Amino acid sequence: MAELTQLRCKECKRGYEISAIYVCDFCFAPLEPQYDYEAIRAGISRESIESGPATIWRYRDLLPVSANATPVDLGAGFTPLVRAHRLAEQLGIDELYLKNDTANPTHSFKDRVVSVALTVAREMGFKTVACASTGNLANAVAAHAAHAGLESYVFIPADLERGKVVTTAIYGGNLVAVKGNYDEVNRLCSEIAQSFDWAFVNVNIRPFYSEGSKTLAFEITEQLGWKAPAHVVVPVASGSLLTKILRGLDELEWTGLIDGHETAIHAAQAKGCSPVVTALEAGIGHVKPVKPNTIAKSLAIGNPADGHYAVEAVRRTGGSGADVTDEEIVDGIRLLATTEGIFTETAGGVTVGVLKKLAERGAFASGGPVVALITGMGLKTAEVLGDSMGPTFEIPPNMEDFQEELKLQ
Amino acid sequence: MTVRVKIPTQLRQLVGGLNEVAIEGAATVGELIQKMGADHPQMLERILDENGDLRRFVNVYVGDEDVRFLEGLETSLEGQTSVSILPAVAGG
Repeated sequence: MAELTQLRCKECKRGYEISAIYVCDFCFAPLEPQYDYEAIRAGISRESIESGPATIWRYRDLLPVSANATPVDLGAGFTPLVRAHRLAEQLGIDELYLKNDTANPTHSFKDRVVSVALTVAREMGFKTVACASTGNLANAVAAHAAHAGLESYVFIPADLERGKVVTTAIYGGNLVAVKGNYDEVNRLCSEIAQSFDWAFVNVNIRPFYSEGSKTLAFEITEQLGWKAPAHVVVPVASGSLLTKILRGLDELEWTGLIDGHETAIHAAQAKGCSPVVTALEAGIGHVKPVKPNTIAKSLAIGNPADGHYAVEAVRRTGGSGADVTDEEIVDGIRLLATTEGIFTETAGGVTVGVLKKLAERGAFASGGPVVALITGMGLKTAEVLGDSMGPTFEIPPNMEDFQEELKLQ
Repeated sequence: MTVRVKIPTQLRQLVGGLNEVAIEGAATVGELIQKMGADHPQMLERILDENGDLRRFVNVYVGDEDVRFLEGLETSLEGQTSVSILPAVAGG
């Protein structure tokens, strides 16, 4: 693997050879890929990236794959960064952008991490890929596995939204519904991963998989004209995405692609599952696990693996955190759709709700580009909108009735 | 009373490659870990931090429940027959 040097423990800094391992043998802390940034810096430039494909693979020098690996690629990444004038006006934000990751192949940011994870898994010789998922990851793993001709086992909580079940099952892999919440599914997968020679993207392949999230930071910066944003609002489930946004910005600096960054990273959670925001508000580093109870199922991780690091990243960057009720989540979904024409799932409703809260608190008063991550698409969780969505009125097919109804409106 | 303890791959080399060990007569999770430590001294520093608390990245389950939702190391093992130790870093 070209510039990838080793996996290193985030706590005790022990180094490990590149393989399908995910925690330090000594202290059980997560492992993170290390690169030879000097070597990457010598071969990378804004121009070399800009001439690459319009996918995450334009940043392959900063992804944990070998130089000659063929990506498992459905076209994830390089999604639109939309200037949101109308939403900005509503919320009193000067310069607001939405990173629209609903535009990915299976309509969530998980396509980024899975494209990387399956590329690595295939390089390592795995024939079967697997994951524990709240739905978006399930879609992405099943689709990319189908594309790559790999067998897949996807484990989901049995009460998952219908939309996310259909959009996984259609790809034809094995879909296992587990009678428990996500944390219980996750625990089961941790045990299965110890006994089966499978590539669990978010267990034994997790150090590589997580790296895919850096591409969101790369793209936002490139799309802002190679300028890091002033603020990013990130939905938090395991905390991995948030920590990798910071890592991505750091790497752009280490490889000379930007001079530096002063981006404040803000955490968005649902009130029914907000262990990271609770730790931030309490001013402590310890993230206490909770039992989730929220409609934002894709964020319902009560015991977040990277929660501690997410808290550290928010504090280091001078960011903040906020949480929103289920009602505010639905309001957020509707606000985004009616002001910007983007239909997001509950996690996006959390992001927009928190964006609103932080704007009210004056968190963005210092100015500069504010970017909100819209990580998943609304059809997947359409049931949270209940019966409120329907025609404005219904009429027989004639002009008189139409005109009559218009008068009544 | 015997409690069967599932050992994660990361610790198996410390218990002769076994994926499960049997521990007798431990009343709490803390006692159980100390008893494992008596047989396999290196085990202690891998599971407990310098203050004697569970390491941040180690999860211990009594039956199906994470002891962090119970009484932590004080969690009683009365009537319990199985304990699992697993790395906490997974998922998301």
